[in-house]
Parts: sequence; structure tokens; C-alpha cells
Amino acid sequence: MKALRKYLDKIKPNFEEGGKLHWLWSTYDAFETFLFVPNRTSRSGVHIHDARDSKRTMIIVILALIPALLVGMYNIGLQHYTAVGIEADIFTKFIYGLLAILPQLIVSYVVGLGIEFAVAQFKKEEVAEGFLVSGILIPMILPVDTPLWMIAVATAFAVIFAKEVFGGTGYNVFNVALIARAFLFFSYPSKMSGDQVWVRTRDTFGMGGGQVIDGYSGATPLGQINTTEVSSFSDFTFTGITGEPLTFTDMFLGLYPGSIGEASTLAILIGAAILIITGIGSWKTMLSVFLGGTFTVLLLNVFAHNAYMEMPPMYHLLLGGFAFGAVFMATDPVTSARTEKGKWIYGFLIGLLAVTIRVFNPGYAEGMMLAILFMNAFAPLIDFYVVDANIKQRLKRVTNKA
Amino acid sequence: MANLINIKKGLQIPLLGASEEVLRGKVTSEFVRICPEDFHGITPKLAVKVDDRVKAGNTLFYSKDHPEIFFASPVSGVVTEVVRGEKRRILNIVIKADSEIEYEDFGIKNVSSLSSEEVKQSILEAGIWFLIKQRPYDVVAVPGKQPRDIFVTGFDTAPLAPSYDFMLEGQEADLQTGLDALAKLTSGKVYLSISTKTKSKALRDAKNVVITEFNGPHPAGNVGVQINHIKPVNRGEVVWTLNAMDVALIGRLFNRGRVDLTRTVTLCGSEVKQTGYYKMLIGTELSSIFNGNVTEGISLRYISGNPLTGRKIAKDGVLRAYDSQVTVIPEGDDVHEAFGWASLSPKRYSSGGTYLKFNKKYRLDARLLGGPRAIIVSNEYDKVFPMDIFPEQLIKATLAFNIDKMEQLGIYEVAPEDFALCEFVDTSKLEIQRIIRTGLDLLRNEME
Repeated sequence: MKALRKYLDKIKPNFEEGGKLHWLWSTYDAFETFLFVPNRTSRSGVHIHDARDSKRTMIIVILALIPALLVGMYNIGLQHYTAVGIEADIFTKFIYGLLAILPQLIVSYVVGLGIEFAVAQFKKEEVAEGFLVSGILIPMILPVDTPLWMIAVATAFAVIFAKEVFGGTGYNVFNVALIARAFLFFSYPSKMSGDQVWVRTRDTFGMGGGQVIDGYSGATPLGQINTTEVSSFSDFTFTGITGEPLTFTDMFLGLYPGSIGEASTLAILIGAAILIITGIGSWKTMLSVFLGGTFTVLLLNVFAHNAYMEMPPMYHLLLGGFAFGAVFMATDPVTSARTEKGKWIYGFLIGLLAVTIRVFNPGYAEGMMLAILFMNAFAPLIDFYVVDANIKQRLKRVTNKA
Repeated sequence: MANLINIKKGLQIPLLGASEEVLRGKVTSEFVRICPEDFHGITPKLAVKVDDRVKAGNTLFYSKDHPEIFFASPVSGVVTEVVRGEKRRILNIVIKADSEIEYEDFGIKNVSSLSSEEVKQSILEAGIWFLIKQRPYDVVAVPGKQPRDIFVTGFDTAPLAPSYDFMLEGQEADLQTGLDALAKLTSGKVYLSISTKTKSKALRDAKNVVITEFNGPHPAGNVGVQINHIKPVNRGEVVWTLNAMDVALIGRLFNRGRVDLTRTVTLCGSEVKQTGYYKMLIGTELSSIFNGNVTEGISLRYISGNPLTGRKIAKDGVLRAYDSQVTVIPEGDDVHEAFGWASLSPKRYSSGGTYLKFNKKYRLDARLLGGPRAIIVSNEYDKVFPMDIFPEQLIKATLAFNIDKMEQLGIYEVAPEDFALCEFVDTSKLEIQRIIRTGLDLLRNEME
């Protein structure tokens, strides 16, 4: 590390004011601060600082996402090998999934970080870390067969129009990863929904080639219940891609067709635990999303007249992107309500809306994305009323006295 | 029985280098320097010239906007230099001190027989009015305005803060006299806040005041937090604030008839070899207590005050006017820590959950430990801000200088020091105290 430090010190003058490469200062700074904690000391105010910074925060979020990512990779392989009817061990399945996702991750990071660096350079600011999380989220919420160019376009669109035009990390109104998904969802609906996109049936880099077996169906569980002819939930069974019924364990572990992030409730709960213990994700938001969802489902159960409305809360929370959205998307501090009371309302309404969209809108099997984006828009309004209560109380103090 | 208020939010930063409760003697220096920048909200006008002789208690300078506010010389001697900075701003006034201090005689006075106006005049004439500060704006109090109430804090919860119990030993009578004097200055009440840990009889059994007991972590000892819990400041109201040590200095004036700005000061911090308490006048050069008594070989930060709100001073710097604490910590500019974001080092301290927690004291340096960012994480400030105010929203309103919003969100109740912990915990490494200070100054210009 010492040699590296020496090298950095040697090249540093080039990037400073007056240096030949000063226009690349943001890039240099990003790499230097990635390698070494900046030795800049406080100029005004407090003389000591807490060790947490933006980098640490983002790294923890990524850490929390890793379990879901790994299970998701395995699931891609599992679904693929089941679909083509080839026996394979766990390791092979995982490698298949890894190879399927890796290019998507690389594309999303290269495009997103490229834009972030360029903008930071242009604004002569430090490179913010926000995209480190968005970059991993984007492939996780897209179908596995999304073409790479679509990921590139969607990422660029989301970073530029959902974040940078608002001022960059910390100023965006909508969740960047969800905007990327929404962009694709509305621009290329055929690639984003239906039965064909959730399981990769072709080979990946020559690995796992084969013909799809008879009786294969790649519909997601929520897609199945959305299109079912069965009128009562008790007559309905969720099935895997070969038609065998899905067990609760399958649902909990996330071993059914879907995007990586929608999959494993277990892995998501591990991530949630990490976020809550480190204090980065708000347990209030998470809990209230689940409360809002459960409340709505129970209400629907009472007035149910079709299978979807009859579906018990448990299935809603286990299937689709509900849990993932609650834990990783709704808790994004920038786009969420920022007051503590506000978080309860914000989360509850997300849960409520997500279930409502799922059940009543046959076009959108997955309501979580739209629910969160919708509430992103309303978060400032919720905060406004929470803060306004404090303001009113302060005004009352004056008038009471007078 | 005093009212008890429990403060739940806050943070006690576990720093190494707490001071031993031992009085190590008196510190004097050949030159004494007074820095007008300590007295916030004052534009100084010199009352002395170079080579003038002054006695302790004679006026060095006065306030341009309120010429009745004098600023006393803490020592007798000869004014040797007036150091000026940009735009001829006075940086400090240097006095070569006599070996034996000669005091201006203000006459011993019995406070109970004085009128309100006489008490005020006595403090103003003696040049120690600066000890009284006011909210809103957290500036030296304006004598012309009647304060609704006066708030005195009787303990300090800041990191490594000195013990008021210890410092008040021998000054019990002065404290009571000071409190009696304050009681004359307001038609409202004098509120004295003590900690549940306070033992000093002078504080616990103080007369002529309303005592409130506080329990909880820093910033429970901040007078702003206490006011917010006892009786918040509303728009248009003025309250005065002091700490118990400053009250004792005022009491000393009446009991002894002279200006004696001797403070008991704690020398603390992880880089101090022998900590302890010293008696010294404000403006005394500190190099004699630093020499040979601090870690060598690394770059150090000397602070007059505590690590959250104190002022950075040079090694040959002086004790600033309001401080009872001198702290020495590592500067940290010579440290290059690799991969801080992945660090599991037990040397790193965080109040949050992103680092492992150890039950130990930490040696923290002055590094920011990150780069400045936009405000991203929510509910960070709230956890260390025990007032009925939304800190993040108030900071944002102040940044935008939206006066209406600032007023509505409670800008009149706060001082920069109340935001010190927010600044410490801030993931985005913003200079929050400076933001609030600038906001308060702009607001004051706008309003007055």
C-alpha cells in the first residue's frame, strides 16, 4: 500500500489546480478516496467526525443485496436446467446464472458510472457513490433475458433524467433503479412481461444449451394467478415451470420464475436484517409496507369475488417483488419520506397501492414498482404535512401567550 | 425537589483523554491576547492605543453598535500591539502583562440593595457584559432589551468537558451573588439547570432561581436544549443565556469589587500526557502547559474549547474568552488509511451501526473521514437533536435562507452549538454549525 500511496502522491500534482490533468480531478479523487481515506481535516465546526461516510453507507447496502443476488443467480441456473431438462449440480447452475447476470451488471455499472464520472467532472465535484447501489439494483429487477443494449439505454435514461437533471445523488425525486425498469416496462412491454422473459432457455456463452422440454411454461406465479380461469383460490395451485406445484419452501427460497430481486424472500430478509442492524434502512418503512400490504389483502379477502382477491396475505408477501421493494426500494432515503412519522404513512401507502395494482390491474402483474414510484412523488407532500404540524404547534405557542 | 427532565436523544462520544480532577496550579504568560472574534455579534471599536497602560478592568474596546458594552482587559500592563487582518479587522489586542496585576477598583457592592439598572450598569462598566449571551442569534446580549427569562446551565456534557462541581469549588459565594444579580436583570425567572450527577451544593441549593434537573447524554448540558424543554423561545422574545462559571465571574465582580477573569480550565485530550485543571486568565498563552506535555512526532490540533464547538488555535495560542477547556487531539493530516470504507479497524468510531462497536474510549483525529455530499441519509440528525425541531428541514431552510421557513421551523431557539452533534454524525460531512451561524447572522442583519 505504501508504494501505491507514493505513486498517488507523485501523480497528484498533475490533477490539482494548474496541473495538466486538472480536468480529470474528479476521476483522480474518486480513485484516491476509494483507496485511501482522505486526510483532509475539519476547517470549521466540529474537530472530530464520525467514521461513517457515504462510501461506507453504500457498501453496506451492496453487502445487504449480495444474498439476494447469489440466490438469484442460482435460481436462474435452476430454472434454466429445469426448462431444458438437463441434470446439473448446484455449482453448474450457479455458474450459469452468474454468467447470465455478469454482463448485465457490467453494462449497468459502466454506463451508469460513466455518466456519473462525466457529470462530476463537468461540475467539478466529487463523484457521489449513489450509483454503486443503483447499478446492482437495475439488473436485479429486470427479467434475465433483457438485452444488454436495453439495460444500457434504460440506465442512461434513468441516471440522466431521473438523477443528474435534478442535481445528482441526494436530489432525485424518483428511485433511479425503478425509473430504469419503468422506462423499459413502458417502452418495450413485450420484453418486460409475459411468459417468455423470466427464464433463460437459450445457452449462455455456450453453457447449458438444449431444447425446452414438453409442458414448459415460464409464467411467474403472479402471472399465473392473474390470468387464471379458476374462480376460487382454493381451487388454484401455483406451479413451477414444468407444471409441478410450488411449495411454500420454494416460494420462501425464491425458486420460481421471476427477476432476481423478486425471488428469495429468505435472502431479502437477511438483507433486511443487515440494513436494520446497521441502521441504514428504516425498519419503520419496511414494517409499514408489510402492514399496508397485509391490511389491504385482508380487506380484499373480505370482498373477494375472484381467485386473486381471495389470495391470502402470505402469498402476496412471498411472491413477486413485494419484499424486495419494501426492503431495498422503499427505504431509499433520498426518495422516501424523510420524517419518521412520514415513513409510516409512506410505507403503508406503498403496501396498499402495490396490492391494489396487483389485484385490480390485469396488465401489471407486478404492482410494487408503480406503487413505489407513485409514492416517491408523494413523499415530499407527506413530509410537508408532518413538518407543518410542528410549525403549527410553534405558532400556537405564540398566539396562546398573546 | 427540582423538576427532572430526561433527555433521550443525543450522544456521548467516548473520547480518550478525560481530565484528572487535580488542580495543577496557575498559568501566567508574559503577553496576554484578547481576540474580538470571540464575542459574536460585536463590531469592536478600540478604546486604547499601542503603548497605553491599562489596569485589569479597564476598557480595551467597545461595541460599535452598542457603545455601552465595554470589554475589559483581564490584566494590567501595556498594550503592545493591535494585530489586524483583512479590511483592518482587529484580530487580537496584545498586552504585556505586569508581574503583579493592578486592578481597577469598582467597589464591593451588595447586590440585594441595588436596583436592576444599577446591576446592569455595574456589569457594563466593568466590561464583562460579554458573559451574557442572548437567544435569538446566539450573540452577546443587547443590554437595552428586556429578557423574558435568563437561563443558566450548571453542567457541561460535551466530550471531555470539565466538571462544574470541581471548578466551582471555592466559588460558591460568587455563584450565588451572580445568580442574585441576574435575578435583578429580568422580570421573568432565572432558570438554573443541573445534571442528575451534580453534587455541588452551590448549584443544588442555589437560591433565587428555578432549578431543573436534566438526565441524559450530550447535548443535555447545552442551554439551548434546556430552554427548549423548559420554556421555548418564541418569535419576538429574547432570553439571555449563561453558564454557571460565567455567572460566578459576574458574582466575583460584586463580591470583590474588581474584574478578575480567572477561569479554572481543564487541559484534556488524547494527546496530553498529564491532564488536569489550571487556573488562568482569559487570553493567557497556553504554550507553557503544552510544552513537553503533548505527544511528539505527529501533527496535533490544539483546541480552545471542546472538540465539538471549540476553536482551533496555534500551539502558542491563547485561552479564548468563553472557554473552560483546552483540548489536544491528533490532526490526522499525516495519516493515510487504506480502504476506509471496508475497514473493520477497532480504532474507527461511529455512532451508527456500520462499524463494530467496542466498549472503549477512542482516539479520534480531526479528519473529516469522507467527502462532502448532499444530504442523503435521513433520521441521522434527529437522533442527536433533542429539541422539538426538525433539524434537517431547518438546515435546508437556512441553506436556502428562506426566512419564513426558518422562523417557522424554530431558528430563534437554536445556536450553532446545538447542531454540533449533527455535524459530528453527518454522513455527508456538511459544515452544519457554519451554515447555522451564517444563517443566524444574515437573519439578524435582516431583522435589526
